[in-house]
Amino acid sequence: MLLSVDHVTTYRYDRPVRGVVQSHRLVPSVFDGQKVRDWAVTVSDGLAGGAFRDGAGDRVQGWTVRGPVTEISVHVRGTVETVDLAGVLRGHREGVPAEVYLCDTLATQADAALAELAEQARGEAGQLAQAHKLSALVSDAIAYVPGATHARTTAAEALAQGQGVCQDHSQALIAVARHLGLPARYVSGYLFASGDGAPEAAHAWAEIFVAGLGWIGFDASNRCCPDDRYIRLGSGFDAVDAAPIRGMARGGAAESLDVAVAVRQVQQ
Amino acid sequence: MLSRTADNLYWIGRYMERAETAARLLEVGARIALLPSAAGYRNEWDSLLQAGGNADAFAKKYGDPVQRNIESFLFFDRDNPSSVASCITAARENGRIVRTALTAQVWDALNSAFQELRQLERMPRSELELSRLTEWTMRHAAMVRGAIDATLLRNDGWDFLNLGYALERADNTARLMDVKYYVLLPRVDFVGSGLDNYQWTTLLRAMSAHRAFHWAYGGEVTAAKIAHFLILNPQCPRSLITCAEGLAGHLDRLAKGYGATTEAQAQARLMRDGLAETKVEDIFDEGLHEFLTRFIRQAAGLGAVIHDSYLSGDMG
Amino acid sequence: MTDYFNEMYQAGGVRAPYARLEDWMRAMPAELRSLKQAEAEALFRRIGITFAVYGEGGDPDRLIPFDMFPRVFTGAEWARLEKGIKQRARALNAFLVDIYGRGEIVRAGRIPSKLVYQNEAYEKAVAGIKPPKGVYSHIVGVDLVRTGPDEFFVLEDNCRTPSGVSYMLENREIMMRMFPDLFRENRIEPVDRYPELLRRTLASVAPEKCEGEPVVVLLTPGHFNSAYYEHSFLADLMGIELVEGQDLFVQGEFLYMRTTEGPRRVDVVYRRIDDAFIDPLCFRPDSMLGVPGLMDVYRSGGVSICSAPGAGVADDKAVYTFVPEMIRFYLGEEPLLNNVPTWQCGKADDLKYVLANLGELVVKEVHGSGGYGMLVGPKSTKEQVESFRARIMADPAGYIAQPTLALSTTPTFVAEGVAPRHVDLRPYCLVGERIELVPGGLTRVALKEGSLVVNSSQGGGVKDTWVLAE
Repeated sequence: MLLSVDHVTTYRYDRPVRGVVQSHRLVPSVFDGQKVRDWAVTVSDGLAGGAFRDGAGDRVQGWTVRGPVTEISVHVRGTVETVDLAGVLRGHREGVPAEVYLCDTLATQADAALAELAEQARGEAGQLAQAHKLSALVSDAIAYVPGATHARTTAAEALAQGQGVCQDHSQALIAVARHLGLPARYVSGYLFASGDGAPEAAHAWAEIFVAGLGWIGFDASNRCCPDDRYIRLGSGFDAVDAAPIRGMARGGAAESLDVAVAVRQVQQ
Repeated sequence: MLSRTADNLYWIGRYMERAETAARLLEVGARIALLPSAAGYRNEWDSLLQAGGNADAFAKKYGDPVQRNIESFLFFDRDNPSSVASCITAARENGRIVRTALTAQVWDALNSAFQELRQLERMPRSELELSRLTEWTMRHAAMVRGAIDATLLRNDGWDFLNLGYALERADNTARLMDVKYYVLLPRVDFVGSGLDNYQWTTLLRAMSAHRAFHWAYGGEVTAAKIAHFLILNPQCPRSLITCAEGLAGHLDRLAKGYGATTEAQAQARLMRDGLAETKVEDIFDEGLHEFLTRFIRQAAGLGAVIHDSYLSGDMG
Repeated sequence: MTDYFNEMYQAGGVRAPYARLEDWMRAMPAELRSLKQAEAEALFRRIGITFAVYGEGGDPDRLIPFDMFPRVFTGAEWARLEKGIKQRARALNAFLVDIYGRGEIVRAGRIPSKLVYQNEAYEKAVAGIKPPKGVYSHIVGVDLVRTGPDEFFVLEDNCRTPSGVSYMLENREIMMRMFPDLFRENRIEPVDRYPELLRRTLASVAPEKCEGEPVVVLLTPGHFNSAYYEHSFLADLMGIELVEGQDLFVQGEFLYMRTTEGPRRVDVVYRRIDDAFIDPLCFRPDSMLGVPGLMDVYRSGGVSICSAPGAGVADDKAVYTFVPEMIRFYLGEEPLLNNVPTWQCGKADDLKYVLANLGELVVKEVHGSGGYGMLVGPKSTKEQVESFRARIMADPAGYIAQPTLALSTTPTFVAEGVAPRHVDLRPYCLVGERIELVPGGLTRVALKEGSLVVNSSQGGGVKDTWVLAE
């Protein structure tokens, strides 16, 4: 599938800030499932920092904007050719051993309820079956309800509430997978959803490491594995660690955020 | 040097000078309070607080302005950022942060002021005469100043210290004069009275300047002479023009050392040249209070420009 | 009764390195001694050396006790230690480069992968990064104890930012001022080159993008930190700026400091801040101490950070056990310095042994430091042992145990005169383009009679440490 992305994030400050620093993971991953045709990231009045590929294989780029400034926008545009690999992250080069992703973070810690959920999949034959079962369990346990959670909601809180969005599904899936000793991580990217009202074009899902197969994506929000509608950007221990944009403004202003994402299929 | 280091040095100067002013204010108040109070006068202590700009904070905490409370407020009170105790503590803390930019002598002077202050705070208040507190403050301020002048390298750090001193002193001299002229004596018919002269003399005493004044001017104490002395006379160490010369001089040194000028040099020169061209009649034509208010605003503006040009770290 | 090695007196005689100190000690009447002690204290206060102990409250300007009786090594003894310490520093750095690279030592099965990759000090963010000159840990503080004439053991390695070097320098300075004759009579190797060597070491790892003479800064958490004195002291001696996070900012590809003359590029950051706090965009998002964007500049080669983020994996007390293995694996050499035999409570067999012999062992938290959270079995009451047993059982992997070592003693001035007290040693090995070790270090002394805990937070003091010139 040939997908185009147009993604604008606008930050507004209620009074001028003295400067903004950001760290981006906004370039599609390099693996067999996707190939970049063209891609550009721009930041209004921004100065690009050094770019590099980190140990997890993500393209990282720093940006700085000098103040005083009251508004900046980050614009991502490009087209990517995707193929359906049934969630398998084939041909992805990375240097971080999968075992590292057994480490817990605050947002992905399994409490008693998550542990209990995880245990329901322990009996499955083989890691792949376990992973599929876990994903299904999370989908069942947390209903997709936008606005029910916020950016700092933990996996345990989301499960207790029984509602959440893709971030909560992903973090909950990571928590239960790690509980069973399966390395798991958070992935951020884009999703092309045919039909109107596509809720989460800026999307997130989880990857679970299955011995022999490698990393495999699971999208508990959509009860599927990532296919050619998905564009993968980067990964991390949890939502904060995998965020496509991490940034900070200097000067204590209140920040408001506006995000507009359009992912379209390009006619060939 | 690091902008933050320069900022710390600048604030050592400002806080030490401010501590001295708090002590001077106390002294003015105590002397004026020795006068028999006549009906219709405003409470003199209250007017001191008004001049210092912290009457509200005082009222909230202590209520009526009686001498004992004012002493607490202006000398010991850590909630009052301009009290002697707050200023000396802040000056010493700024010094500790940039310890290596100071000589052992300057650090010793700052630190022993602070250590002695802690002893004073532990003493019963009944044993502490007001005059002892004010003299103690002046003595330590002088020791710090002396250590700075005698031992510190004449580098940019020295300039920032002195900019802090000069700017604070300019502001404080203007405010002390304003207390006298505007706050203490609101009614025109007192002008020229015996009371008026007594208050002017008290003001001079508070600035440790009454003898110098008599040497320089002789004869009767008049408002015009005092205004000339405290505003326009470059021999008076606390006069506005002396402060302005200090500011311009140190900023020029910085510009030379750094090989670059900023808005600060232009503004300081403007302030100094403006005062040099001013005559005492001009001041009274404008109105002393109006003149001082304008000057205080100008000094604050210069402070902001110095901050933006050197101390904020956001330049270039 | 354990027999402790006394570094001065052996079999009725005085050991050679201490020969001249015998006369010095005897020639000093008690009044002179207390006079000198007061003088030393005044000097420390004047210089401003103070030490605040975490969580103890009290006087933040407290002095760390200084004992005037020096601790002495012969040149030959030192030469041996030096070789062993440098060997260790090389192996630890090779290990760090390896585990953030291909992980050969793990693949070869020489160290359990879990200890490395699930270690909380492992930083995923720097996987694949090879810092300039291949150095992660630029200052390796190796804590050593002596148990006999030729027996030294390494207690632990400090690969992040070992503290205390200012005491090494100040102790010497003060001894030279107070007892110049001692230095005329004994030929003592100087230590005052340390700041210059440290500065050169830091400059030698400047990034390739650096143009001209590298600009080095020392990054401190700020003036409320208990080690602030040391930070400002070292920065001053090296002639580099002492900066806080707010003094630095990222612009484009580089790091700058805010100066009165505008932004100035910084090439090397000697940081005394933990990894978690150095960049809120990479690590803890709530950190106010660090510099947003610093890690991106570092990882794209715009600045060097010393010690490099992630270096902490090598000084974990569980990883410590494998340092001899690292020396064999990377250097193909046999370790010159011994490790203390260590039981990992995380291993079932070891745990069984530890719990059965708790009264004889020293037990430490794997991630603890400063002598906190530590049990010295033979010196503890039954209740203390039992309460520690409960802690170990609650989290076995969080603890290691070692035999209680017979730490050597050196003569120390005490109220009654001179008496033996237990000591350890921390030398500071510098690793940059070259590996350097100044002949000396910080000797810590347990001032309480019979105590084996030398940490300053637990009533320990410090001594000047001499290495005699051959």
